[in-house]
Amino acid sequence: MNYEHKTMNRNKEFNMEKFVISVLVENKFGVLARVAGLFSARGYNINSLAVGETEAPEVSRMTIVVDADERIFEQVKKQLNKLIDTIRVQDLTGGEYVDRELIFIKVKAEKIGIREKIVKIVDSTGAEIVDIGKKSFTVEESGDEHRIKALIELLRPYGILEIVRTGKIAIQCDN
Amino acid sequence: MAKITGAEMMIKGLIAEGVTHVFGYPGGTIIPLLDHIYKGKDIKFHLTRHEQGAVHAADGYARVTGDVGVCMATSGPGATNLVTGIATANMDSIPMVAITGQVKCTLIGNDAFQEADMVGITRSITKHNYLVKDIKELPKTIKEAFHIARTGRPGPVLIDFPVDVQVQMAEFKYPKTVDIKGYKPTYKGHLGQIKRISKAIAKSKKPLLYVGGGVILSEASKELTKFARKTDIPVTTTMMGLGAFPEDDRLSLGMLGMHGTAYANHSVQAADLIIAVGARFDDRVTGRIDDFAPNASIVHIDIDPSSVSKNVEVDIPVIGDAKEILKELNKIAKKGKFDEWHKTIAVWKKELPLKYKDDARLRPQYVVEQIYELTKKEGAIIVTEVGQNQMWAAQHFTYTKPRTWVSSGGLGTMGYGFPAAIGAQVGKPDAIVFDIAGDGSIQMNIQELATAVLEQIPVKIVILNNGYLGMVRQWQELFYDRRYAFTTLAKKDCTACPDFVKLAESYGAKGMRITEKSEVKKALKTAIKTKGPVVMDFIVEREENVFPMVPAGKSISEMLHGLA
Ligand SMILES: Cc1ncc(C[n+]2csc(CCOP(=O)(O)OP(=O)(O)O)c2C)c(N)n1
Ligand SMILES: [Mg+2]
Repeated sequence: MNYEHKTMNRNKEFNMEKFVISVLVENKFGVLARVAGLFSARGYNINSLAVGETEAPEVSRMTIVVDADERIFEQVKKQLNKLIDTIRVQDLTGGEYVDRELIFIKVKAEKIGIREKIVKIVDSTGAEIVDIGKKSFTVEESGDEHRIKALIELLRPYGILEIVRTGKIAIQCDN
Repeated sequence: MAKITGAEMMIKGLIAEGVTHVFGYPGGTIIPLLDHIYKGKDIKFHLTRHEQGAVHAADGYARVTGDVGVCMATSGPGATNLVTGIATANMDSIPMVAITGQVKCTLIGNDAFQEADMVGITRSITKHNYLVKDIKELPKTIKEAFHIARTGRPGPVLIDFPVDVQVQMAEFKYPKTVDIKGYKPTYKGHLGQIKRISKAIAKSKKPLLYVGGGVILSEASKELTKFARKTDIPVTTTMMGLGAFPEDDRLSLGMLGMHGTAYANHSVQAADLIIAVGARFDDRVTGRIDDFAPNASIVHIDIDPSSVSKNVEVDIPVIGDAKEILKELNKIAKKGKFDEWHKTIAVWKKELPLKYKDDARLRPQYVVEQIYELTKKEGAIIVTEVGQNQMWAAQHFTYTKPRTWVSSGGLGTMGYGFPAAIGAQVGKPDAIVFDIAGDGSIQMNIQELATAVLEQIPVKIVILNNGYLGMVRQWQELFYDRRYAFTTLAKKDCTACPDFVKLAESYGAKGMRITEKSEVKKALKTAIKTKGPVVMDFIVEREENVFPMVPAGKSISEMLHGLA
C-alpha cells in the first residue's frame, strides 16, 4: 500500500461531568418509559430525574441530571430530541440557572445529648425537623446541591438511617 | 355524520394512505379488522405462514416500492412473532406500519389470554408506537403513524389496536394534515454548510464519496450520480447503499467495509476528504474506529442529527434530506481535477481486484455472477439471506439501479430473504426477483413456500448450499483454529439435509439440484422461464470463504485478501 499514515485522533478523550437538561414532553402515558428506556438501552447514566406538569397541562417537564462525558451528552440530547413525544430539549449546563432539590434525612437520635446537638445543627443550617421519633429525627431541607451535601455531611456522624430525595429541578435565569 | 367501527376506520385510513397490500396472519383479537379487509376490495391481503414472514414481506415490499409496508398480526404470540422483523426494519430505516390486535382495554394489564405489552416490547425497535385505547384518537393515530413512518429518517411504527376499539362506533373524519409538536424533520440543508463542502472539495486532492442507504431512501440516486460525475469524485457505497450509484461507472469503487473491495478500503484510508451521504459510520464499515480514514476531513450529510458525530467526529455536518442537499450542491459543484488520485486508485483496482478461484468447481461466486450475466439486460431484484451468501451477492452482482438490492444490513437477520423476496415480488410483479440464500437461513422461513405457491409469487430461490452456517464457519476457520462448533448442517456423509428439491416439490414448487458448474446457466435460465416459484439447490464448494475480509475490530487497512 502506498499511502502515508498520519493518524488523526478520531476518538478524543473526554472527562465525565454532570449535565443538567430540561426536557419538555407530551403529557401522555408511556412518555416517561420512553425517556427512561432511551437511557437504559444506550447505557447512559441518569443521576436524577424529576417530572411534573407545566403551565400547559398537556406538557410535562423533566429535569434530568446526567453523568456523562461531552460526547455521550451530545448523543443524549440528540436521542432525546429524536423521540417523537419530546417537544424541546434545553441544555442548562452552560448557562445560568437556579436549581433546587428537596430531601428528607432520617437520622439516628436516641441520647438526649445527641438530640440536642442535631437540633442545633438543623437550626443553624435553616433546615427543619418534620418528624420527631423516639429514636430518630426526620430533617427536611431544600436547596442547591452544595447546601444539601453540606447538611448530609453534618448529619452523617450521627448515623443516617434513610434518605429520600426528589431529584433536582432547575429553571433557566432571565437575562 | 354516520358512525362506523374502529376496524372500518382503520381500513379507510389505510386506503387514504394509499395502502393496497397487507401481509398478515389472523387471530382472535384481529378478526374484526381482517373481516373488513375481506369485505372490501381495495386492499389485497397476503396470508403468510408465520407472522415473521408477514413482517419481512412488508419490509421487502417497502424497500422495492418506496411505499410504507403494512403488516398485521393478532395479540400475544402473533404480535411477538413480528418483533425480529420490526427490529430489522428499524435498523435499516424502512418505512413500515405494523398493526397488532390487543386484548380488550378492560383486560389490558391483567395478564389476559394472549396479552403482550407490545408498546413496551417494541419501544426501542420502532420509530414510534401507539396503543389506541380511545376510538376518538384513532383517525389521528393512523395519520400520524404513516407520517412518522415515511418522513424524516423512515422507520417502523406500531399501532396496538385493542379488539374492543375495533368494534366500537364513532364518527370518522380523517385528518388532512399532521402537526406533531416534537417531530419536524429538517429537509433543507444549511446553505452555508453546503458552501463549505464545495470549498473543501476545491482544496482536496483525494476526495471520496461514501454513500449509504439514505441515498436510496431519499430517492437521491440521480442527484448523487450527477454530483459524482460533475465533480469527478470516486464513489464507494455501503452494503445498504448498493444500487445508489451505478457500479459499472468508472467512478465506482463498489462496496467498502468488512467485505468491501480492497480498492474501496484503500481509498478510504488514503482519502483526504470523505463525503458521507446517508451513511452512518457503522462498525462493519469503519473497522477499528481510531484508524478509520486517518488522513481525511469528514463531511456528513444526513437527515438524522443523532447519526452525526456518533461514531466519528465530523468536520462539516449538514443535516437534511440527501436529495435536497445534493440538488443544492449540484448548483455550485465544479469539475474537479483529481487525475493523480484516479491513477492511484486505478493501480489498486488492477492489482487488487475482487476475485475468486474460477476453476472447474461449482463455486458460489460464479452462480451470483451468472445471475447478473443472465439478467443484466432486463434487470433483476436481488434479495438475500444473511451470511456468506449475502456477501457474495453483494460482491459479485453489479448493481446499477436503486431499490434492486434488498438485504438485512443493520440487524443481519437470517430468514429475512425469502419472505422479503415475496414482498418485493408483490410490490414489483413484473420484476425478476431472486432470493440468494444459504442453506441455513432459508430454513428459518421456508414455510413461506406455501404462500409463494398458492399465490403464484414467482420468486427464484438460489440456495448456495455449503452444508454449513458458512459465515460463522469462516470465522471459526480463521480465528478459532477450525473448531466448527455447531455450524455443520449437512449429514455426516456430507449429504444435505433436508433434500430441498423434495421439499420444494412437496409444496408444489419447482425444485432443481445443481452440482456441476456447467449446469448453472441452464438451470438459471429454466428458473427465469418458469412461471411459479423455483427452488434451486446449488451444491457449492463447502469451505469457500468471503474475501477480502477485515477481521472484526481491526483497522480497514488490515484486510485479509485470501486469494487476491
Ligand atoms: C437469526 C440469526 N441467527 C444467527 C445469526 C448468526 N449468523 C450469521 S451468518 C450465519 C450463518 C448463515 O448460514 P447460511 O444461511 O447457510 O449462509 P452461509 O453463510 O453458509 O452462506 C449465522 C448463524 C444471524 N445472523 N441471524
Ligand atoms: Mg450455508
